[in-house]
Amino acid sequence: MALPLTYNLRNVLVRWRATLATILGIALVVAVFILIQSLAAGLEQSGRNTGDPRNLMIVRKGSTAESSSQISREQLKTFGYLPQIARDGRGRPLLSADLTVLVSLPRADGNGEANVTVRGLGPMGIELRPQVTLTAGRWFIPGRREAVVSTKMAQRFAHCAPGQHFKTGGKELTVAGWFDGGNSAFDSEIWMDADEARDLFDRESYSSVLVRMMDTNAAAQFMGRMEKDRRLPMRVVPEVAYYSEQTRTSVVFKVIGTFLAVAMSVGAFFAAMNTMYASVGSRTREIGTLRVLGYRRRAILLSFLVEGGIVAALGGLLGCATSVGLQSLSVFLGWQFGTMSFNTFSEVVFQFRITPGLAAQGLLFAVVVGVLGSLLPAIRAARLPVIAALKEV
Amino acid sequence: MPTNGAIVQIRNLSKIYAQGEIQVTALDNVSLDIGACEFLTLMGPSGSGKSTLLHIIAGIDRPTSGECRVQNIDVTRLNESRLADWRNQNVGFVFQTFNLIPVLTAFENVELPLLLTQLSRKERRQQVETALDLVGLADRARHLPRQLSGGQEQRVAIARALVTDPTLVVADEPTGNLDSHSAQEVLGVLKSLSSDAGKTVIMVTHDPKAAAFGTRTIHLEKGELIKD
Ligand SMILES: Nc1ncnc2c1ncn2[C@@H]1O[C@H](COP(=O)(O)OP(=O)(O)OP(=O)(O)O)[C@@H](O)[C@H]1O
Ligand SMILES: [Mg+2]
Repeated sequence: MALPLTYNLRNVLVRWRATLATILGIALVVAVFILIQSLAAGLEQSGRNTGDPRNLMIVRKGSTAESSSQISREQLKTFGYLPQIARDGRGRPLLSADLTVLVSLPRADGNGEANVTVRGLGPMGIELRPQVTLTAGRWFIPGRREAVVSTKMAQRFAHCAPGQHFKTGGKELTVAGWFDGGNSAFDSEIWMDADEARDLFDRESYSSVLVRMMDTNAAAQFMGRMEKDRRLPMRVVPEVAYYSEQTRTSVVFKVIGTFLAVAMSVGAFFAAMNTMYASVGSRTREIGTLRVLGYRRRAILLSFLVEGGIVAALGGLLGCATSVGLQSLSVFLGWQFGTMSFNTFSEVVFQFRITPGLAAQGLLFAVVVGVLGSLLPAIRAARLPVIAALKEV
Repeated sequence: MPTNGAIVQIRNLSKIYAQGEIQVTALDNVSLDIGACEFLTLMGPSGSGKSTLLHIIAGIDRPTSGECRVQNIDVTRLNESRLADWRNQNVGFVFQTFNLIPVLTAFENVELPLLLTQLSRKERRQQVETALDLVGLADRARHLPRQLSGGQEQRVAIARALVTDPTLVVADEPTGNLDSHSAQEVLGVLKSLSSDAGKTVIMVTHDPKAAAFGTRTIHLEKGELIKD
């Protein structure tokens, strides 16, 4: 049988001065790990949040993003009236041919310019995206040089308040209102009328077409039909799936986060090792006594591993608490994060999301580092010769 | 091997420390029988091998040659883990420096050896309380070692040594760090262990007054047993 857990807990508490630095170090590692991973999770979530399950997204075959896709008006006519497409009350197909253009706008903080995606939408475009809601002003009116900006982008870019004007493509656009994308990818966009956009940016064709299907059967039929048609080099994917694919940027975050965490955990590893060596050193006679009482070497080894694990777990919990606290604070203060998407090279915004799974990962990570760091000290403790240990003062 | 009623049978026990060229003979061919209910005291000048002998009997050190049988088990031949179990079940050790675990209460210190047994929580509690009662410290169960006097600490250590109901209780200068009053109390408890509880008690001491508590005293000199 092993030594009781309270024995380790109390030893950690009694020696808190010596262990505090290690606990704080591990807390820092865990907090950094969780925060960066949660940024990635937030980015992925914004991808997952985007799209309506009834919609299909059509881009040119071979293009992974709208920015590299072109659909001509002739092509649109060949599939725009297929019977699988749902229709509104007046019999018009629920379809939006969109044009997306990357424009460069001055940042609100005066810190140079950044890329933003401007989306020109067809007349049904807003209706097809029910998660997007107007939060200020009004929607743009087709035929006018007007734009509606996502609330989140409006905070990051200059001249984006309703009534203000910003210049792009050499022409001025008036901001008619603000919309909220519901934490989706649309939060990183500026919307306007598709035909106005084609005119403004001098484009003949569209970038993508969004269609609403009658039902899942119709969607399958539609996809099959588009696939077979050799005249139409189109890729048709569910809208939801399309946006999930677009979050490759989060991989970069994960790699950076993991790299940072690994680098820092080397430090935490040695901190834990140092703490536990000190602990073993100052408890040599105690270890000898336990052995005399009948505790085996293995029990001593286990006990010091557990103790290192406890120290690390305390650090891990503190790290989790810190990151959750930061998240609450960021929600409270309405912070959000912007980054350059590595897919579209435009500015994307999102909120970071700490999931219980991430917190558990951080904690596990800490405990593993703590236990590994304690391995050598614990082996030393277990190997102490009893008589020599008892003679220690 | 004839048993002749002895609990401990020591035969031709030697312990030689070799340090480079120099050899130190800590024990030199010691043979000794110790009976049940005996309170044996070991005396002798510093460095005469008293602690070494005690450690071998208690199964925490190994001789260079010879054997040491306790209840007919040759403890010098047990492997590490078996020896640890054997110590837990058969020996109670009392140190000069008490060696209580500072973060554990008196109760928890006494309970430590019992955590290695199959006893239930309730049985352990009963045994710990009985042991603390025996050393007159039932009311100090919740105290930490630093909240106890030296004499009280040593009595808790004795309670820890006897809580498993061992055959042997061995003590290495248990009164060495105590004032004479506390020493009297501790010696009284050790004496009653042999006379009332039927344990075999072996105690190393420098103090003839302490030795007077024992039923027999043997002397060591330069690792050899002095016959008187
Ligand atoms: N690890 C060791 N290496 C070398 N010699 C040792 C070692 N341990 C003990 N000795 C020697 O063995 C001899 C007996 O030591 P022991 O500790 O048994 O003496 P003791 O009678 O208990 O003395 P004291 O009364 O001072 O405690 C001494 O000469 C000592 O120097
Ligand atoms: Mg000694």
